[in-house]
Amino acid sequence: MKAVGIILAGGNHKRMRELSQTRAIAALPVAGTYRSVDFALSNMTNSGINRVAVVTQYNAKSLNAHLNSSKWWNFGRKQGGLYVFNPILTADNNSWFRGTADSICQNIDFLKESHEPYVVIASGDCIYKLDYDQVLQYHIDRRADITIVCKNMGEMTGLERFGLVSTDGENRVMELEEKPVEAKSNIVSCGIYIIRRRLLIELLEQAASEERYDFVKDILVRYRRQKKIYAYLLDSYWSNISSIEAYFNTNMDFLRKDIRDYFFKEGEPIFSKVDDLPPAKFNYGSQVKNSLIATGSIINGHVENSVIFKEGFIGNNCIIRNSIILNDVYIRDNSVIENCIVESHSTIEDGSVFKGEEGNPRIVIEKNERYNYK
Amino acid sequence: MKKEMIAMLLAGGQGSRLGVLTSQVAKPAVAFGGKYRIIDFPLSNCINSGVDTVGVLTQYQPLRLNTHIGIGIPWDLDRNYGGVTILSPYEKKENTDWYTGTANAIYQNINYIDSFNPEYVLILGGDHIYKMDYNMMLDFHKANNADITMAAKPVPIEEASRFGVLVTDETGKITDFEEKPEHPRSNLASMGIYIFRWKVLREALIANENISGCDFGMHVIPYCHQRGDRVFCYEFNGYWKDVGTLGSYWESNMELIDLVPVFNLYEDYWKIYTKSNTLPPQYIASNAYVERCIIGEGTEVYGVAKNSVIGAEVTIEEGAEVYDSIIMEGVVVKAGAKLYKAIVAENTVIGENAQLGVGEYAESTYNKKVYAFDLVTVAENSVIPPNVSIGKNTAISGVTTAEDYPDGTLPSGGAIVKVGESE
Repeated sequence: MKAVGIILAGGNHKRMRELSQTRAIAALPVAGTYRSVDFALSNMTNSGINRVAVVTQYNAKSLNAHLNSSKWWNFGRKQGGLYVFNPILTADNNSWFRGTADSICQNIDFLKESHEPYVVIASGDCIYKLDYDQVLQYHIDRRADITIVCKNMGEMTGLERFGLVSTDGENRVMELEEKPVEAKSNIVSCGIYIIRRRLLIELLEQAASEERYDFVKDILVRYRRQKKIYAYLLDSYWSNISSIEAYFNTNMDFLRKDIRDYFFKEGEPIFSKVDDLPPAKFNYGSQVKNSLIATGSIINGHVENSVIFKEGFIGNNCIIRNSIILNDVYIRDNSVIENCIVESHSTIEDGSVFKGEEGNPRIVIEKNERYNYK
Repeated sequence: MKKEMIAMLLAGGQGSRLGVLTSQVAKPAVAFGGKYRIIDFPLSNCINSGVDTVGVLTQYQPLRLNTHIGIGIPWDLDRNYGGVTILSPYEKKENTDWYTGTANAIYQNINYIDSFNPEYVLILGGDHIYKMDYNMMLDFHKANNADITMAAKPVPIEEASRFGVLVTDETGKITDFEEKPEHPRSNLASMGIYIFRWKVLREALIANENISGCDFGMHVIPYCHQRGDRVFCYEFNGYWKDVGTLGSYWESNMELIDLVPVFNLYEDYWKIYTKSNTLPPQYIASNAYVERCIIGEGTEVYGVAKNSVIGAEVTIEEGAEVYDSIIMEGVVVKAGAKLYKAIVAENTVIGENAQLGVGEYAESTYNKKVYAFDLVTVAENSVIPPNVSIGKNTAISGVTTAEDYPDGTLPSGGAIVKVGESE
């Protein structure tokens, strides 16, 4: 494909409450065995993009650990490769990334040294499958300056957390509002853009010279009339996980057979880092209903309508219901967990009870001593 | 450059006692424990012991083995210098030959070993399940200033007559060997794991080059012993299981589902690595019932699974029931099918309402020696049609249709082998 890729994985948000206190949203575990950024990375490699930069800033430790080798996504070739850009300090630069445009602009050499005529920009916090090549073809056919991948959210409410787009009959973007007070359109921007590489360099340098740093606010919104911006409407599954409710629901979506089949069995696969864990183990007394149990987990108790991520341990007589148990959680005997998200590496004491409300999951972080117990 | 010790892994054997399971793959490539293959255990032992150069000798049906090993990425054996190398028999100017025996296979690859100029060579087989630190064995070898060290495991004396037995003096020096003795003088069973000083082995291989079928246990080690080389026995007391028969293969799989298995795969220390392509989590449906099982990635269970080892990407449909069985990657068990004590190899389809392992036990009419463990054994890529009833102690290989089952049954002890006739 004639494009390089940029994945914006810098974000965290207070909507994610405690979950993004220690990690970037792009590093959040999704669907039992993946991390959010795997979806954008896999889409890139499946679209034939060979050169990809992941731009990170906020609390990138778990993201960097996840990206410690590029081979899982088939990058790391002599032609192309996976680049991870963290903010760096130099003699004439001592700032963090001041925004999305700035984060790319501070790494503009990556764009200048590329030869591919186009750039695909995607964010690391969305769960979807997309062949960017089809979007590029659309971009070229429309002779667009910028193409934004959009999705019509239909009747869904709470769209104020997205960028909203209004188009004319030809799908040309007429209006673009970032996180408006009141949603006037139900077409949201998916945070996926295609743009000519030289045009992107020009726009970024122009913005930087005016001390403007946000890609959406300072480039897309400002140039929405001057440049030909088109919307490419996505009609397949797409979910942005950057609120607790959306994160919870997206994980629960994978309990549906059609969603699992779409992501795991049909078309191109989603890749992730391989962890060398043993198979999931179901001991005597385990009872599991409508749940995903990731590899390396050991189940002794009851699990219902839940997602147990990698290396979970569920003790005897536990009841886990409507909950998401992230990686490497150890739940001792006789505990009850309902409508919760249990943070990675938690250790839950014998007989604990944690209950959230339906539609408002409780976040559980319990850093008890796991070993030398008693 | 020089390597202190390199490993040579003998993976060329068929393992005919695994019946239809090895009709199309070499024994080391047979699946084990829900996501592994037998060869993963010695390969992981190598890298965990710091042995980063491994020659894998292949001969019988190597395709699965080759694709599994690749360039060794899962075991961190993709190295600039060393790493894993597949060594298959090759054509020579004269005396082109298959590998005729274990030692002959090493003899034909003297050049490979010489290229690393090693001090020691570790000889391994590809048919055991165990975790072992070869480095400790090497320390033992050096401490004794040995020429050869043979690993051995103490077994109950009444079972010793099934093994090659090592007779030692009080220092661990081997004084005598007995191959499957009627009245064993020792209970130390040879594990088929040897460390040689390369100089010693090289000489012995060349001295015995004209013996056809040259074998370590039968020729090379007795030869070395006779000429007075220092041969020592390294006693190993950990878990070690030969999976050479359908019975022991089934048994050691079943041991993995114990509450705390003797052979524990869930310890962080001494991980077992394997090539795994499947990532999605396991799904257990609302009407499913799963107890005492281990289940590999991406498998979906809508029916009942009890006391079973189930591989990756398996589907057990609603109403299907699986008991005391080993189900390998990609198998589909259709609605209403029932399996009792079955071993079902990769990508096989079990038709609706088929019943496997029912009725009274009967001795095998096909091959008494191989099929003697009350198991239904189904080879890879087989198809079992709907509604048939299959007895105990049976074997099936290939795409079978209703016509293959007179009156819709295969009686106990019977077999339908359409592919990979190996007897």
